[in-house]
Amino acid sequence: MNLDDLYRRVIMDHYKNPRNRGLFADDALNIELNNPTCGDRITLQLKVEDGIVQDARYTGEGCSISMSSASMMTEAVKGQTIQHALELADRFSALMKGESADFEEYEDIEALSGVNKFPARIKCATLAWNALRKGIDPDQEHQH
Amino acid sequence: MINSAIREQFPILNQSINGHPLVYLDSAATSQKPLRVIEAVKSYYELDNANVHRGVHTLGSRATDAYEGAREKLAKFLNARSTKEIIFTRGTTTALNLVASSYGAANVREGDEIVITQMEHHSNFIPWQQLAKRTGATLKFIPLQQDGTVTLEDAEKTITPKTKIVAIAYVSNVMGVTHPVKELAAIAHRNGAVIVVDGAQSTPHIKVDVQDLDCDFYALSGHKMLAPTGIGALYGKKALLEAMEPVEFGGEMIDDVGLYDSTWKELPWRFEGGTPIIAGAVGLGAAVDFLQEVGLDNIHEHEMKLAAYAEARLAEIEGLSVYGPKGRQVGVVTFNLGDVHPHDVATVLDAEGIAIRAGHHCCQPLMRWLQVSSTARASFYLYNTEQDVDALVNALIKAKEYFAYELG
Repeated sequence: MNLDDLYRRVIMDHYKNPRNRGLFADDALNIELNNPTCGDRITLQLKVEDGIVQDARYTGEGCSISMSSASMMTEAVKGQTIQHALELADRFSALMKGESADFEEYEDIEALSGVNKFPARIKCATLAWNALRKGIDPDQEHQH
Repeated sequence: MINSAIREQFPILNQSINGHPLVYLDSAATSQKPLRVIEAVKSYYELDNANVHRGVHTLGSRATDAYEGAREKLAKFLNARSTKEIIFTRGTTTALNLVASSYGAANVREGDEIVITQMEHHSNFIPWQQLAKRTGATLKFIPLQQDGTVTLEDAEKTITPKTKIVAIAYVSNVMGVTHPVKELAAIAHRNGAVIVVDGAQSTPHIKVDVQDLDCDFYALSGHKMLAPTGIGALYGKKALLEAMEPVEFGGEMIDDVGLYDSTWKELPWRFEGGTPIIAGAVGLGAAVDFLQEVGLDNIHEHEMKLAAYAEARLAEIEGLSVYGPKGRQVGVVTFNLGDVHPHDVATVLDAEGIAIRAGHHCCQPLMRWLQVSSTARASFYLYNTEQDVDALVNALIKAKEYFAYELG
C-alpha cells in the first residue's frame, strides 16, 4: 500500500488551498449532504440559469479526500450544462470503480483515481458528487 | 496473569496487514475472538445443532442444554439472582430498545422525565429521545464536566420525582470514563425511577455485579467481549420483567395461542420470540468462561497499564490532543492529531498495519459537545501489548510528518 497513490500533490493542494469554498451571500440552490457513517458534511450551493451551472460553492467538514474532491468538483462543473455535469458525475463514479475516465474539462480530478485502491475512502471522494446529483438530477433516486 | 500465551489464542492477530504485523486497537468497536470461542461455535454446528425447546430428539436436547447453559454462565457472570433475569438479544441495541418499547411505553407519560447524558452512544440515546417524543415526556441531560465525567450533585439536580427512567453507560465508548452507576441507581430509586445501564463497554473490561450496582436493567453485547456478533443480553430485575409485555411475537415465546388472544411463556422466553441465536449464545458462554479464567481484575489492570503507558507516550507528540480525564479509567484513548483529519490519520495508520477507529463513534451529540466533527480512537484489550502502543506512537509521528510535509 503506497500512501502517495492516495495523497497526490494535487489533492493536498486542493485541501490546503480550496477553490470555491465559502457560501454565496445571495440566493442559490442549497444542497446539504452528510455521510452518516463518518460524520463528514457538505453544503453545496449552485447557481443554475438556463440549464447551465453558472457558479458553484461549498462549505463542509471532512477529511482531505472529501474536501479536495468538493473543491475539484465545483471547479469542474462551473459553466457546464446540467446534463454535462451529470455526465461528469457518472464519469467520476466510473473512476471510483477503477475504470479509466478522462476529465479533460478539469484534469485535477484524475488525481483522485488512486482512491479506488482504498475502498474505505471512496465514500469520502463521492460525497460532493452525490450532493451535486441531489441538487440537479431529477431522477437521482434511480441513480445511486 | 496476562502474557503472550493469551495473545496466541487469538489466531487473527497473527497476520500481516500491508506488510506490517497487525496491531489491533479497535476492540471498543468489536473484540477479536479466542480459539476457545471459535471452536465452541464450530463444535456446536458440527455436533449439536438443532432447534431449542421443541425437539424430542437427542440433538434437540443437546442444543437446548447448550443454549440454556450459556444463559446460566452469563447469569453467574453478572451475579443475577436467576436465569429468568437474563434475556438473550441481538446485542446492546436490541436490549435497550426492548426496555424503551416495552417498559418505557407502559410507564412513561406526558409530563414525565427521562434522564440521560449527552455522551451516550446513539443506541442509548435515540430510543429515549424517540420515547420522549412519542409520549410527550421531557428528555433531560445530566450536564457533563469538562473532562466528560458527571457529578452526583448534578445528577441529584437533574433527577426528580417526575423522572421515570435514568439511562446511562457504565463506561463511555469515547471518553474513557466510568460513571458512578451504583450511586446514580440510588438517586434514581430515591426518586421512584428505574435505571437502565448500557454495559456494552463495561462488561468486557470490568467486573460487573448487577445486584451490587442495584441497576434495574443492564444491556450488553457479546461481540465486544470475545463472543460472536449477533448475540447480546438484557438483564432485568425479575419483578420488572414479569410486568412487561413482549415486543416481538412469534414462535418460542407463547404459552397458548387462541384465535383472538394469546398468552406468553414464563421468563425469560417471553422476550425471545423466534428461533434464538443458539450458536451465538454458545459462543458467548465460551467467552464468559475464558474471561473468568483470565480474570476481569487482571484484564482491567492490564488495560489500565496500557492506557497509562499510551497516555504518557502520546503526550510526547506535539499537537496531539487527548479527550477525557487525565488518568484513564478504562483502556480507551480518543484523540486528534492537530489539524489532520481522523480519516487521514486512520489511513496512514492502516498502511502501517494499525487498526484504529476514526469518526463520530455513534456519538454525534457528544462530538458536538466536544466541538469536533470526529476523532480518532485507540482501544485496548487483553491481547494488546506495550509494543502495540509503541507501534501506534511511531505511526502517529509518521502521519504527522507526512501531512506536515504534504500540507506544509
